[in-house]
Amino acid sequence: MTGADLPAWAAWLVVALALAGAGFSLTGAVGLIRLRTFYERVHAPTLGATLGMALIVTASVLYFSVAEGHLVLRDLLIGLFLTVTTPVTLILLGRAATYRDRAEGNADAPPDP
Amino acid sequence: MNRFLPYPLLSLALVATWLLLNPPLTVATAFLSVVVGWLVPFVMRALRPEAVRVRAPGTILGLAGRVLGDVVRSNIDVAKVILGLRRGTRHTGFVSIPLDLRSPYGLAVLAIILTATPGTLWIQYDSNTGRLLLHVLDFVEGDEWVRRVKDRYERPLMEIFP
Repeated sequence: MTGADLPAWAAWLVVALALAGAGFSLTGAVGLIRLRTFYERVHAPTLGATLGMALIVTASVLYFSVAEGHLVLRDLLIGLFLTVTTPVTLILLGRAATYRDRAEGNADAPPDP
Repeated sequence: MNRFLPYPLLSLALVATWLLLNPPLTVATAFLSVVVGWLVPFVMRALRPEAVRVRAPGTILGLAGRVLGDVVRSNIDVAKVILGLRRGTRHTGFVSIPLDLRSPYGLAVLAIILTATPGTLWIQYDSNTGRLLLHVLDFVEGDEWVRRVKDRYERPLMEIFP
């Protein structure tokens, strides 16, 4: 199974989806550098974990479905498990930063809820 | 929810996962998926999770569609902020939202929704007061964000997880 047995329309669509997804992930990575405070920065990588991931998974589903000649939904599980587990990491990071900022009495520490 | 099928939804999810991971569909894989879907949930009984009660299937579909749209929109918004394409001044800030939602599963889904929409970050939830602290990348004055979370997500979630 190589890229050669993919019809042209499918190849273009797969490339477009994968590049768009990679573009969103790259933007998220750039944001990690460009944004200033910790709380702003944590927003950036979620671009790659949400829309970037969804576009790349769609490209992958399309590629394998066309190449194997039937619907292959296996890769959707990647999206499912990534979506369900990302909040755990992000909330832990947010909590750790909050705890530290409050303990150090920083000016930009989050207020009490 | 009985002795022979302790967590039907979990069983169903396991069968679907097994079948997706092991194509093509044959009698053997179908049989194995049923065995896994039937036996593994018994392990979960040791953890004694609270039973999941899901209502209002129409609301679930409506909420899923709304969240999909919001995810795409907020991804584009945050990308604009990062790439400097957004005009005007931008404020970031913390928003405190009084939640009426108490179901742990409802709160878990809310956490997933808010994390999946870039631009909102779940900082802290106080289960005593029911208040949620969010960090938003594009802060709007007033209770715009409070209303957005409560009307768009919390109300349907309270219907789904009563």
